[in-house]
Amino acid sequence: MAQTLSEQILSRAAGRPVRAGEVATVAVDLVMMHDSLSPSIIRIIEDELGAGQVWDPERVAVVIDHVAPAATVQTAEKQNEVRRWAQRQGIRHFYDVGRGISHPVLVEEGVAQPGMVIVGSDSHSTAYGCVGAFGSGMGSTDIALAAATGRTWFRVPETVLVRAVGTHKGVPLRFRPGVSAKDLALRAARELRADGATYAAVEWHGVEFLTVMERMTLATLSIEVGAKAGIVPPVGIDVQAPEWLRVEEGASYSRIVEVDLDTLEPQVSAPSFVDNVSDLSDLGRVPVDVVYLGTCTNGHYEDMAAAARILKGKHVAPGVRMMVVPASRDALLRATEDGTLATLIAAGAALGTPGCGACIGRHMGVLGPGETCLFTGNRNFRGRMGSPEANIYLASAEVAAATALTGYIAHPQEIL
Amino acid sequence: MSRVWIFGQDINTDQIVPGRFAPIMLKNEDDLRKYPFVEHRPDFAGTVRPGDIIVAGNNFGCGSSREYAPLALKMVGVGAIVAPLFARIFFRNALNLGIPCFTADLTAQLRDGQEVELNLEDGLILTDDGRRIELPPPPVFLREVWAAGGIVPFYRQHGRFPGESAQ
Ligand code: SF4
Repeated sequence: MAQTLSEQILSRAAGRPVRAGEVATVAVDLVMMHDSLSPSIIRIIEDELGAGQVWDPERVAVVIDHVAPAATVQTAEKQNEVRRWAQRQGIRHFYDVGRGISHPVLVEEGVAQPGMVIVGSDSHSTAYGCVGAFGSGMGSTDIALAAATGRTWFRVPETVLVRAVGTHKGVPLRFRPGVSAKDLALRAARELRADGATYAAVEWHGVEFLTVMERMTLATLSIEVGAKAGIVPPVGIDVQAPEWLRVEEGASYSRIVEVDLDTLEPQVSAPSFVDNVSDLSDLGRVPVDVVYLGTCTNGHYEDMAAAARILKGKHVAPGVRMMVVPASRDALLRATEDGTLATLIAAGAALGTPGCGACIGRHMGVLGPGETCLFTGNRNFRGRMGSPEANIYLASAEVAAATALTGYIAHPQEIL
Repeated sequence: MSRVWIFGQDINTDQIVPGRFAPIMLKNEDDLRKYPFVEHRPDFAGTVRPGDIIVAGNNFGCGSSREYAPLALKMVGVGAIVAPLFARIFFRNALNLGIPCFTADLTAQLRDGQEVELNLEDGLILTDDGRRIELPPPPVFLREVWAAGGIVPFYRQHGRFPGESAQ
């Protein structure tokens, strides 16, 4: 019988054919942990599980990205403990301050591959679906068990299909000017709502024209509709997909959502729920204090380049602060080499170290009470970026750049 | 007696414990007990008593994977959480820590601040006005984990994951 991508991947990992709804123990291919939860994960591995060694130091990745560089003496001390532990364990895929956010880094390094089961101590571990992996976020205890044993359990998820459609018959689909993957993802969240894919996986079809990192925008936002994994079929990108991994006709989907790219407009998620989405044109005039371009969702080279095209030769509006925090060192290097970064900085942007930055309100541009931020990230929960009295609007890098220029949330076409 | 704490829908982990109060940001990790709902419901941490019940709307615990969100609830002794739907990472974390979660919508049947008796063995809530509310029995594999006191003791006892037949 035809299987969804999640069923294919979990069947291989379980060593037997599995179907949506059943509980299966599976072998994991990669376990990711980051600085924020590693101290508790290490404590569980050592003290509660009594495991001296991780199951396979080649297949446990440790990334210092959440508070990178350290913001306080405590975080510095805890990161040092994580560094020492990773060294003792012989962790090969250890990435320190400045390398970037775990998700893009593990993709750039080729560690995350199509068909893998990847579990990470970060809810946005759905990100690995950008290369066709089954990526899923878990808490400290689950990650500790996976790192110690190389296995975990899943209820095999049903799959919600989100399909991009349009009238460009025979040629690849494309977005209208000023529209991008973020708008597709937010449009889907608007349809599915925050719990629309809980316990399910999301497959994103019709997006073969997107780059790997644009696909990461879709994959990371899958958790915001509750999904266990968010997978883009690995075609149209430069990866070696295993032969058994492909979309099968007749696979069963619990729900199908279509998004018409011919009419899709820039979307904005208003405070303080990700599914509180409307067309930008219906939003009214929203003045902002801060524009923040970054995160594993939209801090990629593509995002910086899109923003630079809009900001070129212009300057951020008076009274607006613009932060750019690249998702990874590779993205930063690429933006440096082709002048993208110079354009952004000349326009008035402030640059942060590649990493999570202020996405979780710990450092590098946290928001004060009463401030409004246009954020290219994935969560606008109250207090997410600092003060609970700050307002966070989510949108694409294109909208971020237009907003930086005008001082209010603006359509990129107003500028170009 | 247990006190009922009613919460709305889509309660996210940033509302349960904001990221700025993560254990790695604290001098003393035990201070985590001061922060459950610190901004969303500031009277909670100071007045919640062991055995109290959180009764919430849909999609409880959505958002991040931070296990310190349910851990903070465990530290203050939350006896059970009842919601029509739990976000999956939160549900796993709570299960792993041994916090009983029941899938039911009781927000219309119970009042905030109501005193009730929670009987976990029989899956019953007895209200002060004499009603018996049955909690839906969780699937067997979840009950196995609770019985062991969490996923780590379960794994240590059985050498396997829940749902997997004994070798
Ligand atoms: S950028 Fe934000 S969402 Fe992405 S991994 Fe870091 S904290 Fe999580």
